[in-house]
Amino acid sequence: MNVGKDLVAASATPLILAILSEGESYGYAMIKRVAELSGGELEWTDGMLYPALHRLERNGFVKAVWGRSESGRRRRYYRLTDSGEEELASQRRQWQVVDSTLRRTLFRSLQLVLQGG
Amino acid sequence: MSQGTNNPKAGAGTSLEEGIAEWRCYLRRRQAIHSVDADELEDHLRSQASTLEKAGLAQDEAFLIAVKRIGDLDALSREFAWEHSERLWKRLVVAPGAGAGDAGHGKEALVAVALAVAAAVAIKVPELFGARMQMDQELPAFYVRNVGLLVLPFLAIFFAWKRSLPPLGRLWLAAPFVAGAVAINFMPFASGGHTLALAALHLPIALWLTVGYAYAAGRWRDHDQRMNYVRFSGEWFIYYALTALGGGVLMLLTMFIFSAIGLHPERLLVTWILPCGAVGAVVIAAWLVEAKQSVIESMAPVLTLLFTPLFTLLLLAFLATMAWTGCGIDVKREVLIGFDLLLVVVAGLVLYAISARDPNEEPGLFDALQLLLVVCALLVDTMALWAIAARISEFGFSPNKVAALGENLILLVNLGWSAVLYGRFLAGRVAFTQLERWQTAYLPVYALWAWVVVVVFPLVFGFR
Repeated sequence: MNVGKDLVAASATPLILAILSEGESYGYAMIKRVAELSGGELEWTDGMLYPALHRLERNGFVKAVWGRSESGRRRRYYRLTDSGEEELASQRRQWQVVDSTLRRTLFRSLQLVLQGG
Repeated sequence: MSQGTNNPKAGAGTSLEEGIAEWRCYLRRRQAIHSVDADELEDHLRSQASTLEKAGLAQDEAFLIAVKRIGDLDALSREFAWEHSERLWKRLVVAPGAGAGDAGHGKEALVAVALAVAAAVAIKVPELFGARMQMDQELPAFYVRNVGLLVLPFLAIFFAWKRSLPPLGRLWLAAPFVAGAVAINFMPFASGGHTLALAALHLPIALWLTVGYAYAAGRWRDHDQRMNYVRFSGEWFIYYALTALGGGVLMLLTMFIFSAIGLHPERLLVTWILPCGAVGAVVIAAWLVEAKQSVIESMAPVLTLLFTPLFTLLLLAFLATMAWTGCGIDVKREVLIGFDLLLVVVAGLVLYAISARDPNEEPGLFDALQLLLVVCALLVDTMALWAIAARISEFGFSPNKVAALGENLILLVNLGWSAVLYGRFLAGRVAFTQLERWQTAYLPVYALWAWVVVVVFPLVFGFR
């Protein structure tokens, strides 16, 4: 199963924030982590992560610093800020609303099917 | 990369580096993606490629897949542009941390500022020898003679440094400055004479064209270099005007706030800040033009586009009014100078229109408009010359008259032949480059004439 483009775009912000809530990270590691967590079902176009990260940085949800990788390359690390934490909590609640709504409709249609049967 | 070093396929390591360099190059062509973003994306690309390599792929395959996964660069740069829309407003020198390529840039800024300061010092040094600038008094004669010589050498040094002019070229560059200094300071001019005023007026023009030699790194015969210097001069003028405007605001505010606490810094402003700022800005404006060359659209051609139709209208209206009312040109003393200025403006409009035009484009409406402008200017000027020629005996051949007439003729020849070439170009008989060539080939004529007025006129007219 492939997650549709629009949903990938919409879920990027909460996913990035959620991954950063596990600790400081950088672009490539975050993409690997998403693939790992979703069992390979969620595929990001790698490059698109960066503009999204920059947007979050501008909004103050994440903070970026230049550091060094193990091999000594310049690497940009991202960290969740306090307001990022709040945003993540709010996003989680929003997704839960969507999710539970979806579940209820599913439940209802199941009921209908059962009644009909 | 470490694994590539003692490997029989060491050549593959360089090809990966080349691949990455090329990819970065593509990336950097997008103005929305800055150098730091490219660094970040490059780190991603390398991480991805090395993971793939560890999974058993060959280096080049790993690179290709990593590039593919980053995604389509157009879509990516759209994303960046969406997120950083301010970057589409191309920014000038201020953007910090634009990457490693900036080291040379910073050095250039330092040199420019140092030369600007040197020019500011140079303009005040003559005060030590008695040529004092005073409020409410005319500028000392020394400054009137030497203002170009006090400023333009620093501009010449800037370009000589920037273009790494060879030692022989530097000598050639210095020669006109020395010659100009000797001519204007040691020839026995009558004080307050016309030839002195003319020489003082023409020396900066002559020296400006000399700076072109440094600008072109000595290759002043090259038509493209000449055209670049024309473009530079136009942009420089605009930058200088803007800087002057800012400086004016600064001085007015200084005056205002200090007078609010009962101090009156006018003297300081007029005798120190104004002259030092004015000469320093000459170098700074040149540096800005050089620095922003690739960053911002040239302004001079835009102004040309705006004003060509307006000047054409003005000239047509003038001709129509003359024909309608039957009024002849009233020949007064200043009339020739006025028409000279008109020709200078028209020649400038033509020159800058040519400098910005793509020579491979087909003849268009704007070219026809240019031709109309030139023809109108020629008609108006011919009438002015006719009126003046009828009464030339009354005036006699004073140095002013001869200089004004000579300038008029020089511009007339340029515009006349330009009109012929425009006509032929519109008829599809010659290529546009002919017009460009004509303009650049004509530049030394201006320089030559300026030098003639500086050096030959005083001799011919007995330093009157």
